[in-house]
Amino acid sequence: MEALSFLMQGLSAAMDPMLLLYALIGVTLGTAVGVLPGIGPALTVALLLPVTYGHDPAGSLIMFAGIYYGGMYGGSTTSILLNTPGESASIITALEGNKMARAGRGGPALATAAIGSFIAGLIATLALAFMAPYVVKIALAFGPRDYFALMCLAFITVSSAFGDSARKGLISLFIGLALALVGIDQLTGQARLSFGVPQLLDGIEVTTLAVAMFALGEAFFVAGCRATNDEQVIAVKGSVWMTAQDWARSWKAWLRGTVIGFPIGALPAGGAEIGTFLSYAAEKRLTKHPEEFGKGAIEGVAGPEAANNASAAGTLVPLLTLGLPTSATAAIMLAGFQQFGLQPGPLLFVTSPQLVWSLIASLLIANVMLLVLNLPLIGLWVRLLTIPKPWLYAGIMVFATLGTIGANPSPVELTMLLIFGLMGYLMRVHGYPIAPVVVGLILGPMAEQQLRRALAISQGDVTTLVGSPLSATLLVCAALALIVPMILRMRGRGQVLSQLAADED
Amino acid sequence: MSGYNYPQRRPDGAALVVAGLLAAFGGVILWDAARLHASGGYAGVGPGDVARWIGYALLGLALWSAVAAFRETPMRLPRQDVPAVLWVAGGLLAQILLLKTVGFTIATALLFAFTARGFGKRNLAMTIPVGIVFSLAVYVVFAGFLKLTLPSGLLEHLFVGK
Repeated sequence: MEALSFLMQGLSAAMDPMLLLYALIGVTLGTAVGVLPGIGPALTVALLLPVTYGHDPAGSLIMFAGIYYGGMYGGSTTSILLNTPGESASIITALEGNKMARAGRGGPALATAAIGSFIAGLIATLALAFMAPYVVKIALAFGPRDYFALMCLAFITVSSAFGDSARKGLISLFIGLALALVGIDQLTGQARLSFGVPQLLDGIEVTTLAVAMFALGEAFFVAGCRATNDEQVIAVKGSVWMTAQDWARSWKAWLRGTVIGFPIGALPAGGAEIGTFLSYAAEKRLTKHPEEFGKGAIEGVAGPEAANNASAAGTLVPLLTLGLPTSATAAIMLAGFQQFGLQPGPLLFVTSPQLVWSLIASLLIANVMLLVLNLPLIGLWVRLLTIPKPWLYAGIMVFATLGTIGANPSPVELTMLLIFGLMGYLMRVHGYPIAPVVVGLILGPMAEQQLRRALAISQGDVTTLVGSPLSATLLVCAALALIVPMILRMRGRGQVLSQLAADED
Repeated sequence: MSGYNYPQRRPDGAALVVAGLLAAFGGVILWDAARLHASGGYAGVGPGDVARWIGYALLGLALWSAVAAFRETPMRLPRQDVPAVLWVAGGLLAQILLLKTVGFTIATALLFAFTARGFGKRNLAMTIPVGIVFSLAVYVVFAGFLKLTLPSGLLEHLFVGK
């Protein structure tokens, strides 16, 4: 039960007023960006990276995690009231939630989403705390080849296992990997793809790429699609309180959603969306009211919302214990750790246990804050949805450029921002996924390093890569994750996969 | 596959362009990798080798795209309002070009106003002043309180001092 004592220490550290303030800022911002359609937690954390550069690492990381959790809460509000998901993990919530809102049951829908998110966040964060030490023990035995195999699996699941087309996913991934080559090689110090431009020697900043792709690309895309969608906000009518029957129908869905969402987030399976789809499918099969599905069944809101919060916590397991991001937001958070000179992974639990445990403990506190922010104060968030789009996106563009200008106001950096923004826009128009580019840029150099280390240990013998049972299994999984979906698509069974497309968060 | 009347014809022009760009990118990487020393060390794999693999992978993906352009049914693209996108991108370009000379506030106000124009607020005489007020507020908060270094110009000196 060492985890319990660590967690208790973490809780007392997290009670520090400054850390509480960071957590509060994080969850508030997170809820806001979750509510606003078009911007999500990945982008927000990317925007804040340069701003937090000189601040306290623990506080900043707590804020980032708060944004991640808050985004998952806030997204449901938009899904329910606007029928446009606030972020991609809330697509399913829109199915039943918006129907409930149209039937005048928006209040209970918001309530079951918020309480479900709370319960799932609570259980999943505790699971994170108790699992992490065990995963760390296993991870200490990992060699470079095992890490390399694990990253290969992450590459495939993020890029090509889901979505419309393996080709497009792989193209996105390899663009990211190719961009990662730019700059000085970490092992030999040779410059690659820098063409004598000194600014390129540092490589392409993760934050620049992420802000350009997520924020600018999205803003261009929404500007381009302006004429096509106009959604009405549905006012919350009646009480937000759930009836006894609502409670009775919700609690099992919350627990099932948690159980489904947590492992999906923890596995390198790409994004919180998948858990929400599975949870929805499970609720639809198990419900005693099948006739209500499609017309506003409360289980269909409760389950997926619990699942997406549980998988947000699940994502932190591989991020903290292995240094392996399995979603775009986690990838940006990894960049956040690196900005402060911290490398997530088993060693982090040894070198900075205080930071890790106060981060985990803060998540429990953040979860309570979020429940308060999202139930009694829901009316405030709904008002965010009424900001006219021109002002909203003008503001988003200002903040998007602010981060880069603050960190490095060179014309080269800003021009990269513009070019990658246009690239993100064209990729959106043509249906290429965005997240693999960012994941490729972040994980690419790490994978290369592990690969070359593994080969150096074996003196250049390539068979070493499948030499340990773990690495062999992981590489087989990666191959299956690449091939099986391609066969499914060829047989015309691809619709399910394209619905599962992991886009942003 | 045939028999459906899709609005777009094969070959899929976009996929061909993507194939061309990927091939060019892959070619540049291979050219760059060729000039690196082959210092694999114990691993037998040096920085040039990894770059070369990625270069070949891009060439392979280019070929795949080219084949797909002729064989797959192109996806229907969402209709795009190109001038709107150009306004937003132009705002960013204006900000980049003017940032050093006129300072953060005015350059960013142009970005703000052009973006708003891209989203349908056409009256620049109204949006530019709003943008100036907004970006000045951002400047005061971030440069003043959060100690972020932002390029300053006339307006900033007027309101904040040096």
